[in-house]
Amino acid sequence: MKVPTMAEMMAEGKSPEVLFWVGCAGSYDDRAKKITKAFVKILNNANIEFAVLGTEESCSGDPAKRAGNEFLFQMQAMTNIEILNAYEIKKIVTACPHCYNTLKNEYPELGGNYQVMHHTEYLKLLLDDGRLTIEGGQFAGKRITFHDPCYLGRANGIYEAPRDLIKKMDVELVEMKRCKSDGLCCGAGGAQMFKDSEKGDKEIFVERTEDALEVEPAIIATGCPFCNTMMTDGIKNKEKEEEVQVLDIAEIIASAKE
Amino acid sequence: MHYIPNILFAILLVVGIGFFTKNVKKLIRNIKLGKDIDRSDNSSQRWKNMANVALGQSKMVSRPVAGILHIIVYLGFIIINIEVIEIIIDGLFGTHRVFAFAGGLYSFLIGSFEILAFLVLISVIIFWIRRMIIRIPRFWNKEMTSWPKNDALNILYFEMVLMSLFLIMNAADLNLQLLGADHYVEAGSFPISKYIAGWLPQNIDTLIFIERSAWWIHIIGIFIFLNYLYYSKHLHVLLAFPNTYYANLDPKGKLNNLESVTTEVKMMLDPDADPYAMPEETKTDEVPEKFGANDVVDLNWIQLMNAYTCTECGRCTSVCPANQTGKELSPRAIMMKTRDRIEEVGKNIDLNGSFKEDDKSLFTTISNEEIWACTSCNACVEECPVQIDPLSIIVELRRYLVMEQSSAPQELNMMFTNIENNGAPWQYNQMDRLNWKDE
Ligand code: SF4
Ligand code: SF4
Repeated sequence: MKVPTMAEMMAEGKSPEVLFWVGCAGSYDDRAKKITKAFVKILNNANIEFAVLGTEESCSGDPAKRAGNEFLFQMQAMTNIEILNAYEIKKIVTACPHCYNTLKNEYPELGGNYQVMHHTEYLKLLLDDGRLTIEGGQFAGKRITFHDPCYLGRANGIYEAPRDLIKKMDVELVEMKRCKSDGLCCGAGGAQMFKDSEKGDKEIFVERTEDALEVEPAIIATGCPFCNTMMTDGIKNKEKEEEVQVLDIAEIIASAKE
Repeated sequence: MHYIPNILFAILLVVGIGFFTKNVKKLIRNIKLGKDIDRSDNSSQRWKNMANVALGQSKMVSRPVAGILHIIVYLGFIIINIEVIEIIIDGLFGTHRVFAFAGGLYSFLIGSFEILAFLVLISVIIFWIRRMIIRIPRFWNKEMTSWPKNDALNILYFEMVLMSLFLIMNAADLNLQLLGADHYVEAGSFPISKYIAGWLPQNIDTLIFIERSAWWIHIIGIFIFLNYLYYSKHLHVLLAFPNTYYANLDPKGKLNNLESVTTEVKMMLDPDADPYAMPEETKTDEVPEKFGANDVVDLNWIQLMNAYTCTECGRCTSVCPANQTGKELSPRAIMMKTRDRIEEVGKNIDLNGSFKEDDKSLFTTISNEEIWACTSCNACVEECPVQIDPLSIIVELRRYLVMEQSSAPQELNMMFTNIENNGAPWQYNQMDRLNWKDE
């Protein structure tokens, strides 16, 4: 696996085509790290010159902002912007819709102007440019349902890029009754990931998992590390680990040929 | 003696419109209690959006049954009100069906009004059945008791009565025309009321009594309804227009960056900044800016207009993941409680000349538990037929709790500390951030 850092690139006098913003979940969370590596594998196979910030990357500030800590958010944002601008970054791709939303929508006013793409958008672009080929492989013919991440879908209006990728895989894409702009949240957004939920009669991730199980998929595809965690928990809760897999679209594409 | 009805009518008109104007002024004053926010950009896109969402009701039809019925009631309501112009002229000048000279066109109009009135009546009855018999859950959440529940029913009853009076008035008129009564020129066509006409007595005096009573009660009802708006969720018939015009056009995921915070953070991060320098504009007697909101004056005027525009339809709450899983949070309740508080502050000002501290705030009615249950998923914002943004208010309240009160849930405080110390919401070492590469 080739994962050059910006510092290394800079030392060699090179500049990457795109910066891969890994995000905190993608860097530290065991489940999300697999998504990160799957995405890197795709980039490596397609010979994309990318780089990561590595230890110079810091939390985008999304959970702080959504939890109401605007100070902490702006501290994070400005620190990150300083580094990104120092490296003269133009294009950023990330597999986390929360980082995506924050970098794309909230950084510009603070001095950070970049072209920011979600990894599904970026892969779609590579596909359209003929730089990436996607095949169904071991997934061909399987039933897949896609859970829309709130911060990709409603927050930024991106519904088709992930679906276009899935459709390229000779699979049967089935939609849940609540999908796209009506999609139900997995329960992790707005900093909920980091706290217990308030008292109620059900966990949101269970409610959402039921939506997914209703369409009897073999795979629940996700496009967000937090959704992935929540849906995985939901599947465990329903004791369906044997029948249903929860995979990020990058993981599906990267492992198709295995 | 002859002019008494005309004079009475003129008084009614002046009083009705006078009160209405007074309420509109109060409404504008209350909305202006909010902070300034600039939405003067993109006017052509804004007009288009308003035409689509308010006039064209594009968001209503996402729920087809309610959507289509609502469009009927809405169109009926607007078109039938053209008839009010004639009623006002007749009332003031003692004429009867002053536009009758238009002949065929007049018949066509009156005929259409009748059909619409009938459709409105049916739709409103179906609305009532949905609410009271089928008991659609979103009309029965816990915030929908007492006034909000009665308000919704009042509106339905009002419309039933007004539409019925309109049809009865026409039925009596038709009979009078056929009997050749004085003053009752043959005019109009009566595709619906002709069926009612048969049930009415054929005596001219009784018919005149019925026709006049229906006419007067109908117009008095309209003026009462006009003045009822201010106190009701029905205010959306007016406010839906400015509310959609000033709706947020940015991606829904974008939260505003607090400028006051930007200034401070820049100072903190700037190595050249003089730590003892006071920012120029800060005078010592100035109250330091509050971060976030604990009262309506800390919200912006669009958020306050949102609160007055809320139709209490509960679509937001019915799609809210927190509410669906039994949490306290209901985005509709957030809007309703905000409106109640604006009214309270407004009355306080009316009474005392300027706002007198009352030891209350938005947190008097909104609990922290509600605020912390939100996943910021934007489902409520997406769903609202009049483009209200409950999430933006929730975020402002959270900002207040965190930055003014330091009262976030313990786990969130730990998350903040982790981000501050290691640049990640969990307790990992910043230097391990790239370890995944070699694992
Ligand atoms: S943004 Fe918050 S209040 Fe609105 S629907 Fe989602 S969880 Fe509910
Ligand atoms: S905020 Fe919008 S969706 Fe929610 S009750 Fe009010 S009008 Fe209906």
